[in-house]
Amino acid sequence: MDIPYTVEARPDTGLYNAKVGIWLFLASEVMLFGALFSAYILLRVGATGDLWPHGWLNIPIGTFNTLVLITSSITTVMAWASLKMNQFGRFKFFHACTILLSLAFVCVKSYEYHDKFTHYEIHLTDGRIADGHLVKSTPEQVIIHGRFVEDRKELFDLRAQGASHTHEEITLPRAQIKTMENYGPWHHTYLAVYFTLTGLHALHVIGGALVIGFLWGPGSKLWRQDPDRFTNRVEISGLFWHFVDLVWIFLFPVLYLL
Amino acid sequence: MNHEEAEHFAQHVRRYLYVFYALLFGTLITVGASYIPFGNRELNIGVALLIALGKASLVGCYFMHLVSERKMIYGILGVTAFFFLGLMFLTIASFSDLPRNSVTH
Repeated sequence: MDIPYTVEARPDTGLYNAKVGIWLFLASEVMLFGALFSAYILLRVGATGDLWPHGWLNIPIGTFNTLVLITSSITTVMAWASLKMNQFGRFKFFHACTILLSLAFVCVKSYEYHDKFTHYEIHLTDGRIADGHLVKSTPEQVIIHGRFVEDRKELFDLRAQGASHTHEEITLPRAQIKTMENYGPWHHTYLAVYFTLTGLHALHVIGGALVIGFLWGPGSKLWRQDPDRFTNRVEISGLFWHFVDLVWIFLFPVLYLL
Repeated sequence: MNHEEAEHFAQHVRRYLYVFYALLFGTLITVGASYIPFGNRELNIGVALLIALGKASLVGCYFMHLVSERKMIYGILGVTAFFFLGLMFLTIASFSDLPRNSVTH
């Protein structure tokens, strides 16, 4: 049985069915991310001012990833326009670019996550706090590349401090360590929000990249049998991809800059 | 594809490129503006969100073709906007109920 209205518009909606479907799905996605943004706003407003972190994320890396996603958006729309102009080779090129850019985005995000999971705040028995990236951990000692602070509040506004503090290799005997915790989602409310929002977004990037990869590879056989239907599939995947870009446009300033 | 159609899509491609340049510029402006102290943090947040809204509008209008969509899509988006704004209104309205400094870690 043929699926109706995959190419021609339904008389009552004026659209092919998949387009109505993807917009309804995107509407539900707006509410999903909206609910998480709402949670972020409430948590931030309720937070103690000087204990909300600034500068915990690397702005040049975040900016680079933003540019990567924006570039992937233009390559996606160019891929669709190429099909409309009957240029299948150009479509292949632009969609390959989108896939590579999505991989670049995920790789950079993974690097950022790794950076957080290897970053430790260590409270010592003498009251001092050591903060830095783990170099080596043995049963006797922990070596980090970081610095000592007297007050935990010194760790929260890194943007104001800039590069004024120097990092060095610090060896800490295990016997002196009271508590040791990395910068995972459990470390701070801000990080819980960061990992939830960016993790959900990264899942969308991976899902979108898989669909685009399918349309670039085995799915592209449909072009020879039914080019209009294939072009519509590319448009639908593109709409999802632009939404993913759109979410990041808000995530970037909210999490990295403010 | 006839000559008129080809010219039509060539115009679209040119427009996509302009939007792309605008998005790149907007990103740099967003980063730059975050380093400017506007007096209070709320104003900095407002400026950043305003720029983000402008960028999002460009993506929605041109890359997602919302400038020339069918009424059905506008209807779906209208209902979504109503509920999204309602959610944000309820969030902001609940500020007064929120115990200050309750999120400490």
